[in-house]
Amino acid sequence: MKLVKPKPKINSLAIVAVSVVATLSSCITVKEYQKNKLNDGEMTLSSRKIQKTESSFQSYREGASGANGGKTGGGCGCN
Amino acid sequence: MKKICLGIVGIVLTFFSAYAQTPQKDSSTYKSRKLTFEEANLVSSYYKQDGNNAAVNGGIGSQKLNDISNTIDVKFIKWDKKDRKHSFDLEVGLDHYTSASSDQVDLKANSSASHADTRIFPSVSWSMENEKNGTTIGAGLSTSTEFDYQSFGGNINFSKKTNNRNGEFTAKAQAYIDKVSLIYPTELRSGGGGGGDDEHYGSTARNSFSGSLSYSQIINQRLQLMFIADLISQKGLLSLPFYRVYFNDNSVHKENLPDTRMKIPLGFRANYFIGDKIILRSFYRYYHDDWGLTAHTLELETPVKVTPFFSITPFYRYYKQTAVDYFAPYKSHTSADQYYTSNYDLSAFNSNFYGAGIRLTPPKGVFGIQRLSMLELRYGHYTRTNGLKSDIVSMNLKFK
Repeated sequence: MKLVKPKPKINSLAIVAVSVVATLSSCITVKEYQKNKLNDGEMTLSSRKIQKTESSFQSYREGASGANGGKTGGGCGCN
Repeated sequence: MKKICLGIVGIVLTFFSAYAQTPQKDSSTYKSRKLTFEEANLVSSYYKQDGNNAAVNGGIGSQKLNDISNTIDVKFIKWDKKDRKHSFDLEVGLDHYTSASSDQVDLKANSSASHADTRIFPSVSWSMENEKNGTTIGAGLSTSTEFDYQSFGGNINFSKKTNNRNGEFTAKAQAYIDKVSLIYPTELRSGGGGGGDDEHYGSTARNSFSGSLSYSQIINQRLQLMFIADLISQKGLLSLPFYRVYFNDNSVHKENLPDTRMKIPLGFRANYFIGDKIILRSFYRYYHDDWGLTAHTLELETPVKVTPFFSITPFYRYYKQTAVDYFAPYKSHTSADQYYTSNYDLSAFNSNFYGAGIRLTPPKGVFGIQRLSMLELRYGHYTRTNGLKSDIVSMNLKFK
């Protein structure tokens, strides 16, 4: 009878955690005068103002909300 | 003698030329102590949708709806004696919608007052940034009023940058104290009320409290990331009183959902500048709540800078959710169910949202109007696997 080694389970959360740590540890300090690309108006880490109504209809038509700077629940007759 | 005279004339002329230039104010470091207009944004949108699962009719019927939304926000700044920057934001929004489904609150009327409504939502916010120690604190108040829903909201927030100013941590707390008017379907009102405009409706509370933590980090000159985690707790009437649910015995009931809900959304953003002309903007969110709903959201945008002042942005958003534990379609619930809804917004579905936008930021102003610093236009088409479809077109004008 052949003995089959059990395949190790890959924990997806562990992969994400390792990727995050690896990415953050590769950070370099960027001086203010080097931030010309980072300071571009379309590089902001937030939704655009023009997306305000899109975020609103998504909070009404979908069950999930939050973590995007928009509605988290309450303030309207939405989900 | 002539040489001495010419020499003296030369010295005098040199003396005057040294003072010929008008002294220029160094505006790059000038910080006004007076309240100064910074910018104003006008965002207008037209939204229309259609589907066949209206919650007002227990999960069947038209979901046709049109909405016109306008929001204007104005920002002022000033600096205080301690060199801290104060920002004041005033915003007013106005939504007007017409809806085929909410017209069905009164099944007997050809058209009732509920077929249209207007929502007004003003808000104010303040923040104080201390550039020396990299901290920002802020607070805000908001209110929203529509025919069947009133809301009062408040929030506070705190941010701290890392020593090298490449990272920033933010904490925010928010509360909404809301009041839901108890407008039941006409056939379910006590006394068989006709639902006239002058009918007095009772009301009940819906309160929402949320905390948010986020951390942003610059990775290199082209890449920056952000992690966001929210925790939201809601209490009160969390269903909508005019949503019907039909049981399998043909009896009709008002939607009934638990009076508490706990939500956990976790978000991640990454923006990367590829080359000199293309930006990749991405967003992912994982969501879970104690009603059994789990959802994933993925958004991708790629602004392409055709010129430094004109960009085109195609975008795509994918969304997938499982149903809440209390959902069942039309005439599927039984009297054994403690909680029940036939609102297809809480059912299992996938959705796709895609479109494109353009952005103009000419140095001399849009259409030659110096104050009009930016014009943005955006169109999107939304489809859900349970049949709902919608279109939205939006415009943003920025004045400086």
